[in-house]
Amino acid sequence: MIYKALFPRDVLAELERLQRDMQQADGFSPSIRGLARGGFPGLNVGNTPKSVEVYAFVPGLDPNAIEIQLEKGVLTIAGERKSNMPAREDKSTVHIDERFAGKFRRVVVLPDDINPDAVDAQYRDGVLHISIQRHEAALPRRITIQ
Amino acid sequence: MTEQATVAKATETHRSEGALMPPVDVIEDASGITLYADLPGVPKDRLSLQVEANTLTIEGDLTLNAPEGMEAVHAEVGLPRFRRVFTLSRELDGDKVSADFNHGVLKLRIPKTAHAQPRKIDIRVS
Repeated sequence: MIYKALFPRDVLAELERLQRDMQQADGFSPSIRGLARGGFPGLNVGNTPKSVEVYAFVPGLDPNAIEIQLEKGVLTIAGERKSNMPAREDKSTVHIDERFAGKFRRVVVLPDDINPDAVDAQYRDGVLHISIQRHEAALPRRITIQ
Repeated sequence: MTEQATVAKATETHRSEGALMPPVDVIEDASGITLYADLPGVPKDRLSLQVEANTLTIEGDLTLNAPEGMEAVHAEVGLPRFRRVFTLSRELDGDKVSADFNHGVLKLRIPKTAHAQPRKIDIRVS
């Protein structure tokens, strides 16, 4: 047990987080914009013929403190999560420190056919769900053969 | 990291197939342990907490209201379930655990049993 203490705790936590991220990012090729520090928040993106659905996993945040921006087809989600670690002078011990704390910013490149005026964002149970409608013209249409 | 936590991790990897491991913070003070766990997307009624024979199990099912016919193109949260198991040590009072779940963050307070609370011992000088 004494040897473990020689490593700073956050390095170990960082390694664990990395491992977890690699497991979760199974079969995923990162975009040129890379991954945010610690992969926070986790992002899931889905497509429907009518919309693009983005889910950002941002637990424990005040929805008003999350900044969402859509500019030139690039969606940015930014904010800050406060640390709940005890103050140094407190008589408490931190055994595990894995949760993300600090500023975050993640970027999603959206398809060309989205309508930037039809965006809807909802925050529920720590998940931010952003739904972006596609332009009508982009909907697949059946072409009849004459 | 305490030995109990290490043991808990070993059992957890064994059982956690098919579930995500939520990140946690564990802080101990004189009167007990506070645990925070990130469980985004888990509604209150789909969260399950169990204390059984010194084992604390946190489980939750993720529900996203995905529109019909959605095709996932990118998924970092790739499983719809969270699970994590901890072994509690003897001085912790598993019967008096209090839980608070808000915006996908679970806060658990596990108090120490009364006799395990720190006491100041007076030294008598004769």
